[in-house]
Amino acid sequence: MASVSYDNATRFYPGGTKPAVDKLNLEVKDGEFLVLVGPSGSGKSTALRMLAGLEEVNDGSILIGDRDVTDVPPKDRDIAMVFQNYALYPHMTVAENMGFALKIAGVSKEERAARVEEAAKLLDLEDYLSRKPKALSGGQRQRVAMGRAIVRQPQVFLMDEPLSNLDAKLRVQTRTQIASLQRRLGVTTVYVTHDQTEALTMGDRIAVLKDGILQQVGTPRDLYEAPQNVFVAGFIGSPAMNLFQADIVEGGIAFGNAVLPIPADVLASATGPQITVGVRPEDIDVAPAGGEGLDVVVDLVEELGADGYLYGHAEINGLRTDLVARVDGRRHPNAGETVKLVAKTDHIHAFDIATGERLNAAVVVD
Amino acid sequence: MSTATETAAAAGVIPGPETPTRRVKRRLTSRTATIAALLIAILWTVPTLGLLVSSFRPPQEVVSTGWWTIFSNVGFTLDNYTNVLAAGNSQLTMAQAFINSIAITIPATVIPLVIAALAAYAFAWMDFKGKDALFIGVFALQIVPIQMALVPLLQLFARGEIFGVPVIAAFGDGAGYAQVWIAHSIFALPLAIFLLHNFISEIPADVIEAARVDGASHGQIFFRIVLPLTMPALASFGIFQFLWVWNDLLVSLIFADGTVAPMTKLLAEITGSRGQDWPLLTAGAFLSILVPLIVFFALQRYFVRGLLAGSTKG
Repeated sequence: MASVSYDNATRFYPGGTKPAVDKLNLEVKDGEFLVLVGPSGSGKSTALRMLAGLEEVNDGSILIGDRDVTDVPPKDRDIAMVFQNYALYPHMTVAENMGFALKIAGVSKEERAARVEEAAKLLDLEDYLSRKPKALSGGQRQRVAMGRAIVRQPQVFLMDEPLSNLDAKLRVQTRTQIASLQRRLGVTTVYVTHDQTEALTMGDRIAVLKDGILQQVGTPRDLYEAPQNVFVAGFIGSPAMNLFQADIVEGGIAFGNAVLPIPADVLASATGPQITVGVRPEDIDVAPAGGEGLDVVVDLVEELGADGYLYGHAEINGLRTDLVARVDGRRHPNAGETVKLVAKTDHIHAFDIATGERLNAAVVVD
Repeated sequence: MSTATETAAAAGVIPGPETPTRRVKRRLTSRTATIAALLIAILWTVPTLGLLVSSFRPPQEVVSTGWWTIFSNVGFTLDNYTNVLAAGNSQLTMAQAFINSIAITIPATVIPLVIAALAAYAFAWMDFKGKDALFIGVFALQIVPIQMALVPLLQLFARGEIFGVPVIAAFGDGAGYAQVWIAHSIFALPLAIFLLHNFISEIPADVIEAARVDGASHGQIFFRIVLPLTMPALASFGIFQFLWVWNDLLVSLIFADGTVAPMTKLLAEITGSRGQDWPLLTAGAFLSILVPLIVFFALQRYFVRGLLAGSTKG
């Protein structure tokens, strides 16, 4: 067990002008499950591969525990990695696959068998130990890949989108299995995904990356309730947060003919006459008839049983703006109607229009 | 177009826009193509069949009647085989030359395969300075005609040493073997490295990386992961190299003198010195076909596709 820290770790790909990972500073505590999340090309996989030793660190350093591993080859880092495509050894049986690292490390045959058996039991793979990977289903292969990592009893688990090749149902199941397994084993884990739902459900903490730059690190709750910039606000949460530009008016900002209250000192710190406002779909309500709010034309209502999502558009400062609001699944406006929407005043996110940085303090209810 | 789609559907191919590859595949698997291939195969095999039949006929009948008269002219004998094994020149018999052929061919197949597999792994999965230039250089060596290398090689072998190491001299009386092995290995390496490199570099990078993370060194990755996965390529190249060396006359004419001469050389001598005894050649030819056939059938099970199946998602 060990902590992991990135200290200004930077990776340039040969021929590239921009670093794939730019001065990454990140601490992963002992036993913590940290999720690296970001869109494709954000450098999340590169950051993981740097930790694995599969990618050179051009600048800065990486520590596992107290040991500087920046220039240590992968085999001496005491880490185990689960690959997106599983990367099983096709000519070996499941048991041989799982025991390969131990064999290389010179562990005795008896102990190897015992440890493989133990991991197989944990992963429900006991009946498949003598099979070759090609005779396994996708989910089973994924578990073998997990097993290969567990058998090692490494300092750190690295997982590179291990669920992306599973079908939707299996992904949700495996997601919880991995998370609970990690908590049971207590091994420090760095997990890469592009799926923000996976990130929110699995991670103790989440690190959001974009263009090789770390945007924000925090608990799922932090990221959801207090995104530090426009990118994180739009990336975390599904459906995404409504983001639009609004005029600063007396007492707050304009939302149709309603005013969303924002403290004057927050508004004073903005660089322009407008700010970017973010409101999550569940923080928007349909106003009662005759009330104040923003006129929105309903384009579509997605019914999900208890809840529904209203997709509509409105004119804000002459710009067509798409909005999403959570509505009651049974009683909701229909497509084509025009309704007034109001935002709950205590969950408004204000961002600077030029820098995209957060302006107001977040209301985090614990 | 509708018939094309039907054929494709019948063949289990997902119907869709016809790509050039698909068109070629469809044409090559059509009935006409199959019949044409069968005809060519029969046409090709008939002379060999004639040779086989002739080798079992008494010499006087071989000389006087055609092999296709075997049914009206029944006569079966193994004389040709016993005679040819005893035939030869002043230094060795055909039976000894047969052993020589094996002694030349097996090392001359194994040596280049081992070196080429190691080199191909290095070219595919190791980073070192000048890798690309070196690879192009090795590839370009295929252009050098074998004939051009013969005289320099003879000069090198005449010295009895390579880079100061008395490699050739160390073999003493068997120096001829070492010469042929080295010559064949040198000629085989460029193509072997190129082909094996193409195969080895197709192994998913994930698998190699997984092995590195699992703690394997380059040597362990090579022997435990790459080599087993490369068996189909090694087997097919092994077969080609084996056939090439087994059937080779040029290299053995020049480097394999006297008692190390292989069958091909002796067979050629029999034709030259005893043109009248050509029925012996039929048996000799069959003896020399025997080993390549055994090798082919023994190794053909390695010609299996999809050895990588199950490794990654695909």
